[in-house]
Amino acid sequence: MSRGAPALLALLYAAAAPAAGTLIHSERSQYREVLVYEDAGTRCLCFTHECAIGRQSCVLLAQPDRLVFEYTRMMLGALFLTPDPHDILVIGLGGGTLPRALERLLPAAHIDVVEIDPAVVRVAAQYFDFKATAQLGVSTEDGRAYVRRLLRAGTPQYDLILLDAYERQYIPEHLLTREFLQQVRQLLKPGGIVAANTWSSSRLYANESVTYHAVFGDFYNLKSGNRIILASAGALPSLEQIRRNAGRFTTAFEPLGFTPDTLLPLFSMQQDWDPAARVLTDQYSPANLLNALP
Amino acid sequence: MYATVLYLLALWSGFFVMGIELLGGRLLAPYFGSSIYVWGAIITVFMLALSLGYLAGGRYSVHAPSLRRLGIIVLLAALCALPILLAGDTLLDALAARVPDPRFGSLLAALSLFFVPTLISGMVSPYAVRLLVAERQHAGERAGRLYFVSTFGSAAGTLLTSFYFVLWFELNQILWGMLAMSLLVGLAACLVRPPVMA
Repeated sequence: MSRGAPALLALLYAAAAPAAGTLIHSERSQYREVLVYEDAGTRCLCFTHECAIGRQSCVLLAQPDRLVFEYTRMMLGALFLTPDPHDILVIGLGGGTLPRALERLLPAAHIDVVEIDPAVVRVAAQYFDFKATAQLGVSTEDGRAYVRRLLRAGTPQYDLILLDAYERQYIPEHLLTREFLQQVRQLLKPGGIVAANTWSSSRLYANESVTYHAVFGDFYNLKSGNRIILASAGALPSLEQIRRNAGRFTTAFEPLGFTPDTLLPLFSMQQDWDPAARVLTDQYSPANLLNALP
Repeated sequence: MYATVLYLLALWSGFFVMGIELLGGRLLAPYFGSSIYVWGAIITVFMLALSLGYLAGGRYSVHAPSLRRLGIIVLLAALCALPILLAGDTLLDALAARVPDPRFGSLLAALSLFFVPTLISGMVSPYAVRLLVAERQHAGERAGRLYFVSTFGSAAGTLLTSFYFVLWFELNQILWGMLAMSLLVGLAACLVRPPVMA
């Protein structure tokens, strides 16, 4: 390599890399790199250098309650289906934005969070002001193992379960199978709601859809960059009911930086996938391969 | 023909071991998750079983070695893998319920499902070396060729299983397919006559 090449490469790299800001923390966990970047008052958690494959969580330092990502706002759309949940389970912590928002919105609710990576729990506490309290507990464990353990132990059931464990570059395949969703459904109280944040825009979209449909029947599908699935363990509330429930959150959502009615147009029950796609099961779960195929 | 079948057995048992190892991770994930220690437990068990298998295969090759016996080793490994298909879920469920620590839960699970078939598969290579080596001068060359074939089989088993088989088939279908293949090559070894000048 000529002497000028490294400098040229560095220049090219700098030009190609997205502006993630200054790296303020970096550690290698059992699973991945856990990185914290800060840029112009926004602090973000990333699992890839320069946040090349997306940011996990971001907060505005001056307004830490505001939800920066649209997907987190869309996840809160679950509250329009179950406006007064007492027991909530969140699988996947990230920077803790979602559990923190829920804690503020629902002071009476009890929230359990499961996160596989102890480093993520540490970083969320240190850089994203995420505190475990009597009302908000964190278990460091695989989500599937946690769900199975709870099912075995008896009936601590949830009104709302949020699945936020899928990343763009890696899907834990055992958390996207019919059997897992059946277990999640068993953990829900009658009429309980599951909200899943997913990425799929690839061939996986159809497989994912038929898998959720196989377990929950019809569900609401919110699409806007991300895709949020809102499904029920009982009858799915009507759009009319959803609109009414949304109205209850107008004031509560204010500190989060959006109004409930911005979400309403996204609610759709249209089945825009191939219903003949193969259901994902514990026996057949090539989610990452399907996600990588065009 | 004799040497071809010998190499085929080595190739296949390399394929078989890695295929099962990869699927092992899938089988355990619904019960113990896919944490790093679940893979740690699986790899530990496979390495341990293979190491003991090499020892046992070498020892067994001392008296009256034959291609027929090697075929029986391959058949036996497949037979011992049957419980994965027939009792896997029951056993994993019971273990996950009784052993709260997922590290030792997955270690016990991997031990009880994969240890025996992997150990027996490990016997194939040293046993095959014994059948291939006639004179000392070529011992290293033959052994090298055999390890090449068997490790190449492992590479193929890893790639085909993780890139394609899991995309096309269910786990149990892949496992049944691998057992059928073991039956085929094992029986072939039992039927082929040794060359006159062995």
